[in-house]
Amino acid sequence: MTDVLAIADHRRGELRDISFELVTAGRELADETGGDLHVAVISGDTERFGEQLQLDGVDTVHTVDNGEEFNHDVYAQVVTQLFDAVAPQFLLMPNSVNGLDYAPAVANRLDLTYVSDVVDIGVDGSTLTATREMYSGKVETTTAVEADQVAVSIRGAEWPGTEDTGDAAVETFEADVDESAVRSTVTGFEEVGGGDVDISEADVLVSIGRGIEEEENLDLVRDLADALDATLSSSRPIVDAGWLPKNRQVGQSGKVVTPDVYIAIGISGAVQHVAGMKGSDTIVAINTDPNAPIYDIADYGIVDDLFDVVPALIEEFE
Amino acid sequence: MKVLVTVKEVAAVEDEFQIAGTSIDETYLEYDLNEWDDYAVEEAVQLQEAGIADEVVAVTIGPERSEETIRMALAKGADRAVRIWDDALEGADLLDVGAKTAILEKVVEEEDPDLVLSGVQADDDGFGATGVSLADALGYEWAAVVNHLEQDSVESGTASIRRELEGGVEELTDVELPAVLTIQTGINEPRYASLRGIRQAQRKEIAPKTLDDLGLDAAAVENELTLTDMYEPETESDATYFEGGPDEAAGQLADLLREKGVGAQ
Ligand SMILES: Cc1cc2nc3c(=O)[nH]c(=O)nc-3n(C[C@H](O)[C@H](O)[C@H](O)COP(=O)(O)OP(=O)(O)OC[C@H]3O[C@@H](n4cnc5c(N)ncnc54)[C@H](O)[C@@H]3O)c2cc1C
Ligand SMILES: Nc1ncnc2c1ncn2[C@@H]1O[C@H](COP(=O)(O)O)[C@@H](O)[C@H]1O
Repeated sequence: MTDVLAIADHRRGELRDISFELVTAGRELADETGGDLHVAVISGDTERFGEQLQLDGVDTVHTVDNGEEFNHDVYAQVVTQLFDAVAPQFLLMPNSVNGLDYAPAVANRLDLTYVSDVVDIGVDGSTLTATREMYSGKVETTTAVEADQVAVSIRGAEWPGTEDTGDAAVETFEADVDESAVRSTVTGFEEVGGGDVDISEADVLVSIGRGIEEEENLDLVRDLADALDATLSSSRPIVDAGWLPKNRQVGQSGKVVTPDVYIAIGISGAVQHVAGMKGSDTIVAINTDPNAPIYDIADYGIVDDLFDVVPALIEEFE
Repeated sequence: MKVLVTVKEVAAVEDEFQIAGTSIDETYLEYDLNEWDDYAVEEAVQLQEAGIADEVVAVTIGPERSEETIRMALAKGADRAVRIWDDALEGADLLDVGAKTAILEKVVEEEDPDLVLSGVQADDDGFGATGVSLADALGYEWAAVVNHLEQDSVESGTASIRRELEGGVEELTDVELPAVLTIQTGINEPRYASLRGIRQAQRKEIAPKTLDDLGLDAAAVENELTLTDMYEPETESDATYFEGGPDEAAGQLADLLREKGVGAQ
């Protein structure tokens, strides 16, 4: 048991970026264990996906035909069977929204220790060392897992994606799916967050987070956006509270934005937020907490109270 | 029907804090009900107000201190609570998903609910796994990252839900009951506890249980994960800080913005 088995992620006809990152992480692990890297893709256009996954560092690609889209009951069964067939030391899964929907079930079913949302991994014999964040990203931890076989989910955008092609063998895996155990049905998809404004088109974004405290205080940042001729966007809690519409939300479940200037005000910089704005040219953060993770990616920062800084900034432009 | 809600008291670290070994000293921690669980409680209470649920039970694994937090769930409308704690759990830096699953599984078996609501993730440990792991252990159906529940559908034995995927796409799914749903923020608007609710919560039951009460021994909850280090993440950027108080800092930022052509018309 020295092999690594990684499960690709896809949605609506496309392999998602994390599939290529899983290959990189999986290859690193396999180099340390001295084993092979197996990659599996379940459902969808497996023929095309199988070809796309013949990447540098991959030894075998397993394709499993079963419907078009992700279904967690199917995945849980198929991954369990693949695991038994490949008998890997490490099972790598994506910490995507679909990963959240099957990886814990697989780990439970296989009675494997589960380490989720890791940002780094290393192995020494039968000890896996995983790096994870805790307390909303305020601290990082290393965790040791002492086990022959371990299930891991990796955070997106922590490993570079593997792009170079290789010469992996592609094999079809005949899974035996018990249809009576498929008790959930995906009936459709819907795009949300449309409307009149498209924040991903803006050159300058004034983005507000939970630091604004009250709905009434939003006028303050509206005034700033007006003064700067910028567009107003926000982190998730502002949209959850119904203070701004969904189309203003930046992040993993909102919009990905790449403006010239992104001014994050009272936003801590949670990973799901950062996923939506880290490509901005210039990032400015205004936050009272000097340890807020947003400062890790900010180019400029003001560690101070937004209720003092924002009025002063508005005045500068009036 | 009965709805069970798993709730966790989570710790948040203050702006300034110190790490001692593999934990943060209590003095730098603030405890609160996990944000995601607050939404789960609200969803359960709304099912009760709609006449669909006739009992809402809150369950937590936590030390005595966490009663304060679980009282909040009671003040918002949960009928009663179960709190599991044990000497065997004392002193662990982290309770892993397997241990939490083993404990909650026993409670759910005892309570036999039709629907279990948990949060997508706990803000402190951030596993994002307990609800789905629990469902699988129970042989229940599940759905992760649920941002809409068609309340009426619950009565038909199949819950129609929406899962929030990445990039503004929602998946529409039907799941057979009994099921565990992991609730995403924004699914509803959690209420504030009313004074009356807070008063009533004082009289509601929080049943304490040990592992022994659940028929578990310490081996069943042995932590497989050992924290070996905790540190502040190395910052990857070299941000330029504007200092000298709000006015001066704002002035410097304004200069920068003008240089970049912002606000110039
Ligand atoms: C599956 C999933 C998807 C998600 N998708 C998204 C997404 O698309 N977008 C998103 O944003 N989040 C998303 N989240 C939520 C994310 O995890 C965080 O909870 C969220 O980003 C936090 O928002 P925030 O920074 O505004 O709030 P907080 O984390 O509460 O931060 C508030 C900040 O304001 C600062 N502050 C407070 N008062 C002041 C003041 N007076 N002056 C200056 N600063 C002040 C504080 O120091 C703090 O850093 C998602 C979570 C999950 C689990
Ligand atoms: N100690 C606990 N007691 C009760 N419920 C918990 C506990 N830990 C986790 N949960 C539930 O599981 C969800 C996900 O937690 P986690 O998997 O730890 O991120 C939380 O939102 C809670 O609903």
